[in-house]
Amino acid sequence: MHARSLCLAVLGTLALGAPALAQKTSTQAIEEYREMLQDGNPADLFEMKGEELWSKKRGPKNASMQQCDLGKGPGVVKGAFVELPRWFADTGKVQDLESRLVTCMSTLQGIDPKEVINGQWGKGERANVTALATWVGAQSKGMPFNLPQSHAQEREMYQVGKRLFFQRGGSHDFACASCHGEEGKRIRLQDLPRLSGNPGDGVGFAAWPAYRVSNGQMWSMQHRLNDCYRQQRFPEPTYASDATVALGVYLGVNAKGDKSAVPTIKR
Amino acid sequence: MTIKTSYKLAALAAGATALLAACAGGASSGADMNPAQLDALTHKIVQESFHDKGIVKVSEALASDPTLAACDAADVAGHPISPERAKELEALNMKTIRWPADGKYLGDWKSGEKIAQSGRGRTWTDTASTPNGGNCYNCHQITKEEISFGTIGPSLYHYNKLHGVTDPNSPQAQEMVKYTWGKIWNSKAYNACSNMPRAGAKGILTEAQVRDIVALLMDPKSPVNQ
Repeated sequence: MHARSLCLAVLGTLALGAPALAQKTSTQAIEEYREMLQDGNPADLFEMKGEELWSKKRGPKNASMQQCDLGKGPGVVKGAFVELPRWFADTGKVQDLESRLVTCMSTLQGIDPKEVINGQWGKGERANVTALATWVGAQSKGMPFNLPQSHAQEREMYQVGKRLFFQRGGSHDFACASCHGEEGKRIRLQDLPRLSGNPGDGVGFAAWPAYRVSNGQMWSMQHRLNDCYRQQRFPEPTYASDATVALGVYLGVNAKGDKSAVPTIKR
Repeated sequence: MTIKTSYKLAALAAGATALLAACAGGASSGADMNPAQLDALTHKIVQESFHDKGIVKVSEALASDPTLAACDAADVAGHPISPERAKELEALNMKTIRWPADGKYLGDWKSGEKIAQSGRGRTWTDTASTPNGGNCYNCHQITKEEISFGTIGPSLYHYNKLHGVTDPNSPQAQEMVKYTWGKIWNSKAYNACSNMPRAGAKGILTEAQVRDIVALLMDPKSPVNQ
């Protein structure tokens, strides 16, 4: 029924025939549709699965994730999401939420990181990380992003992320900045946030993981970045690779003060 | 010193800095890298992070290119490239434009509309046999009928009127017809840091496809000029 009312709304605006007005109105119609779905976001199901996975004893070591340190001490989940990626002493690396979850699954549960890194979206251990990330993210809903930049490696990763954001490449010379470098631009009818600056509450980095209505999938930030690079005609970034983490630092630091809306619902 | 050597030296320096930071026992101290070291670290991370997938190869997709390198660096620095450097790069790109051998610039606008609509091709989920689209509507308004258009590029609706063209076959229009062909073939020949792909130069579109898109924009019968 929602889908039908959206179609009617869009058709109605098409019939007006005044392009500028029609676009504004169809964008609004899609916005309203999203709001309607927000009441029953299917992301809730992934959030529940994540919560279960956090406390469930699993893997060769038959252990739970409850002692996982996401940056605020073992087992502290609330507020962790809005401070990631950050530097971790035990790995000596800057890690985003997903690469950190993979570390915990490996050290606490004995699950081979390769199962996630070489896995497929929506399947097996990689799907488990997405569910865990959805739950962990949801525990910081409404909290402002405040990534630490006190460690030299955190500052370096910001600078690397900035360089990656502006790196043109692939057959089409596209960079992240080609689409996300200016305010108020669109691809077809899709509004594009400017991610080289502060995009505002619940936009860009503050919106993922998100449930995607168009394909019925739950997408993590790693998945979002992966598909951006696909559309950029870049080669594939390896899951949780330093390039993806560096971009996370760049986007996350730029989002300072923006309130997280995770998990959100998207087109 | 070659670029490669300077990369290597900078990478060594970057490695040394990382080692120092590690020896400091994870303390937040340690001197931050200078821009050249950060460039080298980025280069290293790119090499380690991306892999071939499907038809997209790292060696091709991330090959060094003087135009892109100059524009990327300017974006990172936050100021445009110098007008002199822009001219040099535009001249370099101009050389790649292949003009139609038979002197025929305008093809079939109806076919051009289909190519302009399609955003397919060249991703790792496409196959080599996927016919490439022009991606035009993703960024430009073109016809009045298609309301689903992007706004990254300027509107091309009423292209001829906007560019003072009444008859694309007239001698006065030849300069604009050639510009339109050249812009599609290699956008960077006219604006070194243009966001627009180099459709002909990078082999995204064939000569016949470019001809059809020029017709979409310039044929007086095309809906663009209605």
